[in-house]
Amino acid sequence: MKVHQRKLDLKQGCVDLSHGSGGRAMSQLISGLFHEAFGNEWLARGNDQSAFDVGAGRMVMTTDAYVVSPLFFPGGNIGSLAVHGTVNDIAMAGARPLYLSASFIIEEGFRFSDLKMIADSMGGAAQSAGVHIITGDTKVVERGKADGLFISTAGVGLVPEGFDLSAENARVGDRVLISGTLGDHGVAIMSKRRNLTFETEIVSDSVALHDLVARMVAAGGRGIRLMRDPTRGGLAATLNEIAQQSELGFSLQQEAIPVKPGVAAACELLGLDPLNVANEGKLVAIVSPDVAGAVLAAMRAHPLGRDAADIGEAVPDDHRFVQMATSFGGARIVDWLSGEQLPRIC
Amino acid sequence: MKYADEFRDKAVALGLARAIQSEADPQRCYRFMEFCGGHTHAISRYGLEDMLPKNVRMIHGPGCPVCVLPAGRIDMAIRLAERPEVILCVYGDLMRVPGSQGVSLLKAKARGADVRIVYSTADAIRIAEENPEHEAVFFAIGFETTTPPTAVMIRRAEKKQLDNFSVFCNHVLTPPAMQNILESPDIRSIGPVEIDGFVGPAHVSIIIGTEPYEVFAKEFGKSVVISGFEPLDMMQAILMLVRQVNEHRNDVENQYSRAVTRHGNRRAKEEVADIFELRDAFEWRGLGFVPHSGLKLKQTYARFDAEVCFAMSELRVTDNPACECGAILRGVMKPVDCKLFGTVCTPETPMGSCMVSSEGACAAHWTYGRFRDRQQRPS
Repeated sequence: MKVHQRKLDLKQGCVDLSHGSGGRAMSQLISGLFHEAFGNEWLARGNDQSAFDVGAGRMVMTTDAYVVSPLFFPGGNIGSLAVHGTVNDIAMAGARPLYLSASFIIEEGFRFSDLKMIADSMGGAAQSAGVHIITGDTKVVERGKADGLFISTAGVGLVPEGFDLSAENARVGDRVLISGTLGDHGVAIMSKRRNLTFETEIVSDSVALHDLVARMVAAGGRGIRLMRDPTRGGLAATLNEIAQQSELGFSLQQEAIPVKPGVAAACELLGLDPLNVANEGKLVAIVSPDVAGAVLAAMRAHPLGRDAADIGEAVPDDHRFVQMATSFGGARIVDWLSGEQLPRIC
Repeated sequence: MKYADEFRDKAVALGLARAIQSEADPQRCYRFMEFCGGHTHAISRYGLEDMLPKNVRMIHGPGCPVCVLPAGRIDMAIRLAERPEVILCVYGDLMRVPGSQGVSLLKAKARGADVRIVYSTADAIRIAEENPEHEAVFFAIGFETTTPPTAVMIRRAEKKQLDNFSVFCNHVLTPPAMQNILESPDIRSIGPVEIDGFVGPAHVSIIIGTEPYEVFAKEFGKSVVISGFEPLDMMQAILMLVRQVNEHRNDVENQYSRAVTRHGNRRAKEEVADIFELRDAFEWRGLGFVPHSGLKLKQTYARFDAEVCFAMSELRVTDNPACECGAILRGVMKPVDCKLFGTVCTPETPMGSCMVSSEGACAAHWTYGRFRDRQQRPS
């Protein structure tokens, strides 16, 4: 006898505790919403894990949790962000991203329509990044125990033969390249925060960077020492981190650092420095000076690197300072941010 | 960015730097205090020190309200926030300020106190309206610039007959602190305060005007130039101060004439005078008790005064005796002269007032300028 099951009411319905209980309701949520959005042969088999072939070479693996608030922001939502962020962490090794996992912690009462929108944009982001979400998990927690939805994704990718990007590769004289304007994601999120709402045309730069990385790798080969995506803490945090790990300093030219006027204006109003503000679709590359020109040209030829710039160089410095010549004519340190600029930016 | 880039133009800056260089008498030293934290921050952020000749020295004054707030007031706020009925509404830069024993509002929040970051006094009113079963308390802090918005909100709360909104008032005044720096008895123990002139506050002066500074020119013989916060404003103000010193003049000049008048914003001053009155004395971190330097709500508005409503008792905390903030705020020492600077006292774990907020003299120097110390002392 066929058991009748009411369809998920994707328009009016919402997640309740039964959708995390391991019973039929959960199975229906997974197949009716997530499999629909992520549709691929691995998920279709319905196993607790997915098997895949491993190519020759080294694999990279990364994981990230996403707690961004608000869940929907100009230029994306927590779903697309959860794909882009993890894909980019893989890509920063010069690797080709292959597979992702996705875990959802959903607050009771979360609307199916929002969940579907988020899952669909995850599916879309994964598809355009050429990766598959091949395993996942769903948990539902009581009302008030999570702020709507938290997502955690992990991913694996394949590193090209002979490639080993790492901060210790950096050398004095290496150039610092960035792929575009800074601070877009952070400002887009802030513009939608309760209490802080302001009008701006800035949208998040959340995007998968692996294709840009592939072009850079083709142009610069092993002359690329390392790459990082300057997310929380912005370029300042990333370069300070690299300075510590590589035991070098950096010398930057403020005039060379691209910042959109809207971002600069918002930062001015809020008393922030764009160099501390989060990005989700930008990378910083430390490259040997002899390939810097070629890598920069390859970046600028790619739609995601149109505004790429050479912003400075690695210098010897026992203090590991990141220094900057200001566009005003003075000099200053670009330091880590003390404390939290804004919680839950990604 | 329009209306900002014009005031950060490198070519104009270099022109002003050349003028200061050529007009400053190499035979003498020029010591100017920028009172305001906004100026301190601009000096560090734009690297202005690099553009001034060695004999023109900027002394970073106490004009950062977060920095000078004594730890006892933070303890009082934490105690208030720990009451179950209270929602404490604060500006974000207060969250990390340490009270006694390293406890901050951030830590109190983590332990369960309802502390909410607001971006304006209006947010605090809204929180009061949305939470009628709770008491919303606004942690009011700041100089003459931020007092009028607090006054407006008290007025609004009165109109709306909000009985669950109050203000923990920590508003302070600029001129009494400037006077304290020049004549405080403390100076005998730390040496003479040698200041030739003041770069006067920008936003504060929009409210109070240039008139209240005239006493410093007339009675204290100090040059004053009110300056905007943009780096070009500051370069021009410094040039104007150099000229005053060279010409043996002690005047109050207004570089920030696009915003500041002699009498300031009369409406704002009236509103403040209606609602607030002077405290006999208020404690400033680094300066100690400064007479007539703080405001409290008038008796008529006592129902909006958190100190009255919650019978808050005054708490005092003594600063670390090795902390040199008092001397740094008076220009007798530089941040790097303090034993605590950069060792146990950093922006992550501030010990003294000057390290607390990004506008403090020590924090600004640590964050933007400490690379210059390399030449002075090895790490």
